[in-house]
Amino acid sequence: MPEYNLNVNGQSFTVEAAADTPVLWVLRDHLRLVGTKYGCGIGQCGACTIHLDGKAQRSCLTPVSSVENAKITTIEGLSEDGSHPVQVAWKEADAPQCGYCQAGQIMTASSFLRENPAPSNEEIRKAMHGNICRCAAYNRIEKAVAMASEKLT
Amino acid sequence: MATNFIGKPKNRVDGRDKVTGTAKYTAEFHRPGLLHGVVVSGTIAKGRIKNIDTTAALRLEGVVEVFTHINTPKQAWLDLSYKDMDAPPGEPFRPLHNDKIQFNMQPVALVVAETLELAQYAATLVKVEYEVEEHRTKLADHLEDAIDGDGFRAGFVPPKSQGNFKKAFSNSEVQLDVEYFHGAEHHNPMEMHAATVFYEEDGSLTIYDKTQGVKNSQHYISMVFGLSKKKVRVLSPFVGGAFGSALRPQYQLFLATLAALELKRSVKVELTRPQMFSFGHRPITIQNLKLGASPDGKLKAISHKAFSETSRFEKYVENVVNWAAKLYDCDNIEQVYKLVRLDMYTPLDMRAPGGATGVYALESAMDELSYKLKMDPMELRLKNYSEEDKSEGKPFSTKTLRECFQKGAAKFGWEKRNPQPRSMKKGHDLIGWGMATGVWDAMQVPARAKAEFSADGTLTVGSATADIGTGTYTIMTQIAAETLGLPLEKVKANLGDSDLPFAFIEGGSSTAASVGSAVQKVCEKIAKKLLKEAGKIKDSPFKGANPEEVIFADEMITDKINPSISMSFAEIMESRELEKINKKYMLLPNMLKQNKYSRNTHSAVFAEVKVDEDLGTIKVNRIVSAIDGGRILNLKTAHSQILGGVVWGISMAVHEDSFMDHTFGRFINHDLSKYHISVNADMPEIDVVFVEEPDMVVSSVGAKGIGEIGMVGVAAAIGNAVFHATGKRVRSLPITQEKAMT
Ligand code: FES
Ligand code: FES
Repeated sequence: MPEYNLNVNGQSFTVEAAADTPVLWVLRDHLRLVGTKYGCGIGQCGACTIHLDGKAQRSCLTPVSSVENAKITTIEGLSEDGSHPVQVAWKEADAPQCGYCQAGQIMTASSFLRENPAPSNEEIRKAMHGNICRCAAYNRIEKAVAMASEKLT
Repeated sequence: MATNFIGKPKNRVDGRDKVTGTAKYTAEFHRPGLLHGVVVSGTIAKGRIKNIDTTAALRLEGVVEVFTHINTPKQAWLDLSYKDMDAPPGEPFRPLHNDKIQFNMQPVALVVAETLELAQYAATLVKVEYEVEEHRTKLADHLEDAIDGDGFRAGFVPPKSQGNFKKAFSNSEVQLDVEYFHGAEHHNPMEMHAATVFYEEDGSLTIYDKTQGVKNSQHYISMVFGLSKKKVRVLSPFVGGAFGSALRPQYQLFLATLAALELKRSVKVELTRPQMFSFGHRPITIQNLKLGASPDGKLKAISHKAFSETSRFEKYVENVVNWAAKLYDCDNIEQVYKLVRLDMYTPLDMRAPGGATGVYALESAMDELSYKLKMDPMELRLKNYSEEDKSEGKPFSTKTLRECFQKGAAKFGWEKRNPQPRSMKKGHDLIGWGMATGVWDAMQVPARAKAEFSADGTLTVGSATADIGTGTYTIMTQIAAETLGLPLEKVKANLGDSDLPFAFIEGGSSTAASVGSAVQKVCEKIAKKLLKEAGKIKDSPFKGANPEEVIFADEMITDKINPSISMSFAEIMESRELEKINKKYMLLPNMLKQNKYSRNTHSAVFAEVKVDEDLGTIKVNRIVSAIDGGRILNLKTAHSQILGGVVWGISMAVHEDSFMDHTFGRFINHDLSKYHISVNADMPEIDVVFVEEPDMVVSSVGAKGIGEIGMVGVAAAIGNAVFHATGKRVRSLPITQEKAMT
């Protein structure tokens, strides 16, 4: 099986995996970084969202062979202690209910806010609409993004 | 007091874990050597397995075993052993028990391998030959075969009629006779069902299972595999959503445990999204509503009939037709509830089971009646407002529905509504305003809790309940902290561990009232003990004092009359040389007191929709939900619960539909691209109004439970708004574009 050198959250890892193994499973099963979640496996829910060079990507559709040169960031690497403004806003706004979708939500929101630190509500909705939350914390998620944006700007 | 927390909008205590990715869910626990199990799902709805060939799979290096009905050792023989706390009457499904196929996507094999990829690949190599029998899966085609919906099941009230419906209906000046339908739905929590079973050196099992009740899973495993409960520990610290899907032990638990016991190794089984459509759904119902009224709107006769689905092996019953008698003051009510046995898995409780669907039909019919009567729909509800539960002839423990109507309507601006359908146009959009009532049960069930107070001033409370996103950790912490008078940071709540004292499955909105009260009571016992110890200190001002005479707050005991007399907990523990105080409490609902009342939550829901006149696209624009949920324990998490419920109602009204292909008897839109659920872009503005009245009959914390009530009534309010917008009555859910247009 081929080997891949990955840079995840600033650390280097070597993993042995088939070329088409989704990064999601490399993270969860090989590296035990289980903060990134499996929700559908077909790019429909956003639970598996990570950053590749700072940009939100769905790890369930990203083959491991394509990320060797990228800087991967997962929820575990977003901040050391949950102090990223998005995480802080998330707690304050009670965005997480069961919590399962939230790593994906937070990764989507943080990458979005980096590009657009002062979005309108409409832009927030557009940015977040691909992340399903079955607990339906949507209104709170929107609010949390707006709160985080205030802190960022 | 700095230690008053109940009712406050406190942040979730597990919020940090959930935003940093450190909260661990079932499939995320790991130990070296853990094997992966992948389930092979059957492809026919009914018949038997003629042959199952596992040789190709087993030939692969790294595949450890393939379990099928052939090599699975027989487990318990009695049906009873497979019964769990939430089992409906009948014979529970036994995975890999024999060659019989009872539903499509039935698990027929478990492939166990060293890696997930290998197990997945090997699973594709398992070849199954079937002997196919004719199946039936379509409810509407078999109504003549219906059986009575009866039998014993926790929370189920067999329907009963009162008065003389027939006569009263025929004497009614205004009559309505309509049929309502809604499709099947699947829970689809974001986290897949999974079980991770660690095989310990001494042969005991440590099981992480996705469950709403660790004690239920533990009980099931110990009965089915004949193991002492001491050898089975089930944990479920975080649950990635469940909504009823994890009330019963599902087959991943059986299969992972079987493999672990047989192989004497640790095994994890995680289902796939398509497999999440294989073990229970909200059953389709076909409902007939007949309403008879006098011209002034007084209800004279109500008949609510429902046909619903069940499996061949269990009789899934829920309360579909029982709500009219609670909501309306009417003497002649007929309730009929029938089931059709179909070749499918037993339906499964899904958020507000029975209520979400039964009240949908009832409240839609009430809306239709209001137009017949030319009466405002809310006025019709108020005209027939029930001051007591007619079905039981009892008063309500608390009921603030009237205020819910008033406050909800005011917030929504209901008085500005033009009663005429199609009258509120805005550009291309037809605007519609609709409303409906919701009702659900307020239940308290037995629960135990324990607490330990330490000399360092910290308190740990525990109960084997669950937090499926509902906020159980948080309210347990708040209640404990306030009862004993500690800062939140000094309290730790534990749950989701079968080693903890017993709690019932977390369902039916019963947890806050049950576990919440048990936690309160056990903390009162600790407080009492502290006071007693304080009284033993030399020259103590608290000698012989009663708990009623003092206040426990800010980590000290203070005299109620003379607040300058106080003693800190630390001082007491130190002077009395105490390391720890341990207490337990068993809460048994006071049935004598509770049975004197009907105990329900209520809601008034107002909805605004926008329907594109040319395209028929429906957008839910605005919802106001006014909730009669007793005392609210945490404004923030409670608000989230209601928001979630409302969105579930929206999703039910306009999105969700598990579509069965009857040729195969299988749900075919079994992934998140084809099974539509509400997403961010669908969200309306949602206003939640709590009309609080502590319900001290339901629980000593005054809570009634709010996990379901937010959902009930929402679909009807939306359907009613669609009618008001378009003048077209769609009597089937989900209300899609086509249905609204044609
Ligand atoms: S798991 Fe990747 S989008 Fe759903
Ligand atoms: S918080 Fe449960 S799925 Fe989003």
